[in-house]
Amino acid sequence: MNSRFFHYRKKITSMIMMSLTFAATLAAIVPLIFIFYYTISKGITYLNLDFFIAMPKPVGETGGGMANAIVGTLMLIGIGGAIGVPVGIMTGTYLSEFGNNKFGFMVRFLTDVLSGVPSIVVGVVAYTMVVLPMKHFSAIAGGIALGILMIPTITRTTEEMIKLVPHSLREAGLALGIPKWKTTLAIVIRSAWKGIATGVLLGLSRAAGETAPLLFTALGNRFWSTSIGQPIASLTVYIYDYAKSPFEDWNQQAWTAALVLILLISILSLVFRIITRSKYKTN
Amino acid sequence: MKNKLKKIFSSRNLGDLIFEKLTLLFAVSVFLLVLLMGYEMYLGSKLSIDKFGWSFLVNSTWDPVQEIYGALPIIYGTIVSSLLALIIALPLSIGVAIYLAEVAPPWLEKPLSFLVELLAGIPSVIYGLWGIFVLVPWIRTDVEPYLSDKLGFLPFFRGAPYGFGLLAAVLILSIMVLPIISSISRDVLKSVPRSQREAALALGATRWQSTMIVLRDARSGILGATMLGLGRAIGETMAVTMVIGNRALISPSLFDPSYTMASVIANEFTEATSEMYLSALIQLALVLFVITIIINAFARLLVWRMNRRWKTT
Amino acid sequence: MEIKLSIKNLDAYYGKNQVLKNISLDIPKNKVVAIIGPSGCGKSTFLRSLNRMHEVVGGTIKGEILLDGEDLTKTDPVLLRKRVGMVFQKPNPFPSMSIFNNVAAGLKLNGVRNKKQITPIVEKCLRQAALWEEVKNNLNDSGANISGGQQQRLCIARTLAVNPEVILMDEPASALDPISTTKIEDLIFELKKDYTIVIVTHNMQQAARVSDYTAFFYMGELIEFSDTKKMFTSPDKQQTEDYIRGRFG
Repeated sequence: MNSRFFHYRKKITSMIMMSLTFAATLAAIVPLIFIFYYTISKGITYLNLDFFIAMPKPVGETGGGMANAIVGTLMLIGIGGAIGVPVGIMTGTYLSEFGNNKFGFMVRFLTDVLSGVPSIVVGVVAYTMVVLPMKHFSAIAGGIALGILMIPTITRTTEEMIKLVPHSLREAGLALGIPKWKTTLAIVIRSAWKGIATGVLLGLSRAAGETAPLLFTALGNRFWSTSIGQPIASLTVYIYDYAKSPFEDWNQQAWTAALVLILLISILSLVFRIITRSKYKTN
Repeated sequence: MKNKLKKIFSSRNLGDLIFEKLTLLFAVSVFLLVLLMGYEMYLGSKLSIDKFGWSFLVNSTWDPVQEIYGALPIIYGTIVSSLLALIIALPLSIGVAIYLAEVAPPWLEKPLSFLVELLAGIPSVIYGLWGIFVLVPWIRTDVEPYLSDKLGFLPFFRGAPYGFGLLAAVLILSIMVLPIISSISRDVLKSVPRSQREAALALGATRWQSTMIVLRDARSGILGATMLGLGRAIGETMAVTMVIGNRALISPSLFDPSYTMASVIANEFTEATSEMYLSALIQLALVLFVITIIINAFARLLVWRMNRRWKTT
Repeated sequence: MEIKLSIKNLDAYYGKNQVLKNISLDIPKNKVVAIIGPSGCGKSTFLRSLNRMHEVVGGTIKGEILLDGEDLTKTDPVLLRKRVGMVFQKPNPFPSMSIFNNVAAGLKLNGVRNKKQITPIVEKCLRQAALWEEVKNNLNDSGANISGGQQQRLCIARTLAVNPEVILMDEPASALDPISTTKIEDLIFELKKDYTIVIVTHNMQQAARVSDYTAFFYMGELIEFSDTKKMFTSPDKQQTEDYIRGRFG
């Protein structure tokens, strides 16, 4: 009798605990639904063509858009990508092809650690390295901060993806008398490039959502600017400023900017997916 | 004879040599970058370090007007907000990880994992926006009055229900670190070989008991995931700045405003007019840098060790 | 008889572990030499030493390998591998390239850009590899979407395109069905008119069918090397006889 009781108790405990894990998962998803719900429902009221093509209006005037911030965000991730993508891919290539030594281990470790450094700290570094010597805020300073932030993601994805390419392909290339560097570039990286592109996309879209490192590097700009030597507007900094502002009209626009930012990141990933849809299978 | 036993294959292709050195150059640059970051911040904060030394960390006055910078209330706010967020997020995260790795049927696991990862991908400023306009009003009108009514005898739940404050920051941080801890923990759980579960089940264990065995195997990896979550919470900037109230204050009440290192920097950096002020803020960034590096280094070692354990055997 | 490859006192190592002991062997031009022996006898290592693929996986060798009198161990491995091609055990076409580009890969990546120059070579090599008729209408398909036997012949065509003098084959048919195997064996017979071939095989009937000379390796040593007919009818050494009769291995 006793052992049967124990058996049932064991089973019931198991069932209860398993259901609790399900409840935890639901609880984790609820905020996601809330955030999406509010961003879409509040953001959509101001979403119109003007938002994409018009400039911000001064306080008191309703309407206007954030054309400068959309272009600014694109420019900032462009500059960041110009730095982070080559550095990340080359470093990842080093790690996978030659990094089986102490130095490789250290670099791998440091990139992992770098990925945990708060983005605001990277902003401070970009400030001391770029803004102070230039004596003014600039798009390039913001771009450099974003570039540094992209490096760990792109490096580690590149390394992982290259390592997934079967060794036999490398050997096939080498046996044809193709130098190792050409084998790596034209055969190995080419086979792995879809995966690498995913890493690049992840790096870019994270950078597009960054605010902290831009606050005192790219700063922000209420006017149209595409000069890399001047302060530049970005969607995220606008969201921050407008969310804090006492004007309801601006608060509303902050939601719209948030919606546009999410759309921008989604479009980015869509474009990448189309580009990387190659004719031949990889791996 | 013996010196003949050397590597004969010394001749190398020139292009290969250049390729190796070129990629090495980039790897070295990443290596140097991390060192340079620390060095730059050290230089930038030298003024403040020379003046305040270690008292920077233990002095509780943060007064830009008097040019006195003690970071204690800020460090207090950072640690308290992060730890409380972790206390909320950790049990939930482990629940999510177990559900995704052990319980969920495959057709449900993929979309749920995707949603959890989506949560990690939302820009922090959007969390902050949602915090200001949805979470804070809710805390002000419902949560805080309820808590002070029921638990007001405790010092943690006293004061005016203002909405902006430590409580809001803790809640938003717990939402933000949850996907990090749960997705890494899920991977760690999955790295425990199937045979471990089967062995437990074959001994007559229930699914929960077998899960507990797996959990015990994975505990160092889960600890690593938790540390990574802690690192993220400590460094989180935008969402916290937008809801925490931004006042350097040591108070037991969760209703009171507080401040974190990251939010001080975000809030005051562009207003820092004097060199000493700027230097003190950079020193704060340096402290944050060192803390997060230590936490992350520790966390990575734990996760790596965990993943390697099953690979070698 | 002209000697194409001359191996003198070759030792090979993986770390401190010696896998080949003092191998000396002459490979005549335009002949097929088969390397046989039980698993782990060093026959693959021997083959991979000849185009220095052995060092790609971290191995080392000492001794001399002379190709037309020139010591291969002291040249640029990249130049050497253009002269000594290799076909692997498992077909390994480049999955991200078309059939055409698989054959052209060696040319293109070695700097030949002119399409007018490349196209006839690709056709010639596919014909030589007896694959042209099967793929001529879908040269733009992925190299990974054809059958295993076709893939292996594609790999042979790819090797031929670089115009090597020697072709090394590492159990080229062991992953294939009997019909594909026959095709590869016929192909080897054709190819020896233009190339010198060294083939590693664990299949003794195959060695007897395709090769002119056979070398028997055991425990890292060359036990016997002689004319294939002689080897399979009246070998000199007892060990060889035992292996061929299937008494061990």
